[in-house]
Amino acid sequence: MKTDASHDGLTVQLHKHFSGAGRDFVLELSFEVTAGITIIFGPSGAGKTTLLDCIAGLATPDSGKITTGNRVLFDHARGTNVPVQHRKIGYVFQDLALFPHLTVGKNIEYGLSGINKSERQEKSNAILESFRIAHLRDRKPAEISGGERQRVALARALVTDPCVLLLDEPLAALDAATKSKIIDDLRAWNAAHAIPILYITHNREEVFALGDRVLVLENGRIIADGTPHGVMAAPRRESLAQLIGFENIFHATVTAVHEDRGTMTCRLANTSAELETPLVRADVGTTLLVGIRAGDILLATVKPEGLSARNILPGRLLSLEQRDVIVAARVNCGVEMEVHLTLAARDSLQLQPGHQVWLIVKTHSCHLMAAS
Amino acid sequence: MDWQAFWLTIRLAVLVAAVLAVLGLPIAYWIAFSRWHWKFLAEAVVALPIVLPPTVLGFYVLVALGSRSPLGRFWQALTGHTLAFTFSGLVIGSILYSLPFAVQPFAASFALVDPRLMAASATLGASKLQTFRRVILPLSIPGLVTGVALSFAHTMGEFGVVLMVGGNIPGVTRTVSIDIYDQVQALNYAAANQTALVLLAISFAALSLVYGVNRKVWAVLPWK
Repeated sequence: MKTDASHDGLTVQLHKHFSGAGRDFVLELSFEVTAGITIIFGPSGAGKTTLLDCIAGLATPDSGKITTGNRVLFDHARGTNVPVQHRKIGYVFQDLALFPHLTVGKNIEYGLSGINKSERQEKSNAILESFRIAHLRDRKPAEISGGERQRVALARALVTDPCVLLLDEPLAALDAATKSKIIDDLRAWNAAHAIPILYITHNREEVFALGDRVLVLENGRIIADGTPHGVMAAPRRESLAQLIGFENIFHATVTAVHEDRGTMTCRLANTSAELETPLVRADVGTTLLVGIRAGDILLATVKPEGLSARNILPGRLLSLEQRDVIVAARVNCGVEMEVHLTLAARDSLQLQPGHQVWLIVKTHSCHLMAAS
Repeated sequence: MDWQAFWLTIRLAVLVAAVLAVLGLPIAYWIAFSRWHWKFLAEAVVALPIVLPPTVLGFYVLVALGSRSPLGRFWQALTGHTLAFTFSGLVIGSILYSLPFAVQPFAASFALVDPRLMAASATLGASKLQTFRRVILPLSIPGLVTGVALSFAHTMGEFGVVLMVGGNIPGVTRTVSIDIYDQVQALNYAAANQTALVLLAISFAALSLVYGVNRKVWAVLPWK
């Protein structure tokens, strides 16, 4: 049974209040998504899973309205609340929730019980093929690998031709290679079906790898909405910056504005160190936050010359700490900065704590945010 | 050995276990999943027969079945005779007496089913009843076997309720445990011993089944 709604978007506007377990929590958001993958990004406890539960009908909002295409799934004002089993929303849970007592084939056919046997088999064969799991048909979920289980869970949700697909960190436990193959298959499937897919993650890499659009959720609210690059490269709020991994965040005061060059000069708080940064709408004297990723900073043992980078800060190496295949160096240049190096760089520079070093930061590696 | 009493007891225990296997499911489902604030009161009522002296339960059942109660009068109008001191009366009393032995294992195994599996079933279009049949029941097989085996064994050995409700009518309400009591009263220890051994063997077999099923299932369920 094909639905006309399959080419339409999802509109969500909801309010839900929780109290208990020592905290009050309010989920309050409104957004609209079209066909394609939309990432819902945020720390744990931001309300991501509750949002999906509300869309699927597993949780009931206090007020608001949820529609897909021209179908109203929930409308508090009119008292509409379509039961879960009639919403036609595919949902892949974080722990997948494959039926342990059923084979892969029976798991996939679970949602097809309303149609006749030959059509059911045709559909399940097609989806088993497109997710490359046909050879697993007669195995139980406990007898297949983690990546294969993810494929089964996706196939089980998609075989019912849902209007919307909800994915709750479905690939969190997988290695990058397995993950990207599954994503390719999901994209291929959605190229033909074109439904909105909401994809929850708290993994930064997944945001860039997957989404056409990202909604950043924090404390039950959407705090940013846009393309992965737009949202993640220039965050506007301190909390978001910490969230997505700026190792270096400092207060800084605007000391000069160069409208003609599109830059500003900012002095790091309590130091004489000055940074040239991109121009934002701020007056001289304003205090802002500067975020610099540890991987965006270069380290030199002699003062470099003839560089395009505008910020060269002298400092002293405090410590070196190896984390897996990177070395985190802490450098005091008025403020303490973290710089990430490769193992080879550490060895060839013969770095030792106490050495004089220079840190090089490109103007556009300085991300400015309003100090909240 | 009184074979008439033996077969009567088997018939009673099978019937009671069968009725409880059906009747116990909705009660257990409600106990496992209801969010009613006062649910604990209902749970206490279901569990009452575990601690209540069988004579007390038997007394109330006798009164309820007797010709002065609405149920007793209804039955008499329907069939022309009273429920007390009949096999049917015995079945009703035994169902109440063994209710917790079926309902509690059922409810415990339902409550163990991962709620996310039920949610997944619902998002795939299954109604509550379909989810119950296709997900909850198959995953609760050890609990179902336990409940049926325990209510069977428990009914096999009951004494107080039978005596109160059924009396001691050969071929109608005379069960093996009453037979044992009679033999002992008559100082016929050899016959009592023989019957007691049979009951002991049946009880042991039922409990072995319960523990065997649960162990085997734990051992082969890798998702537990």
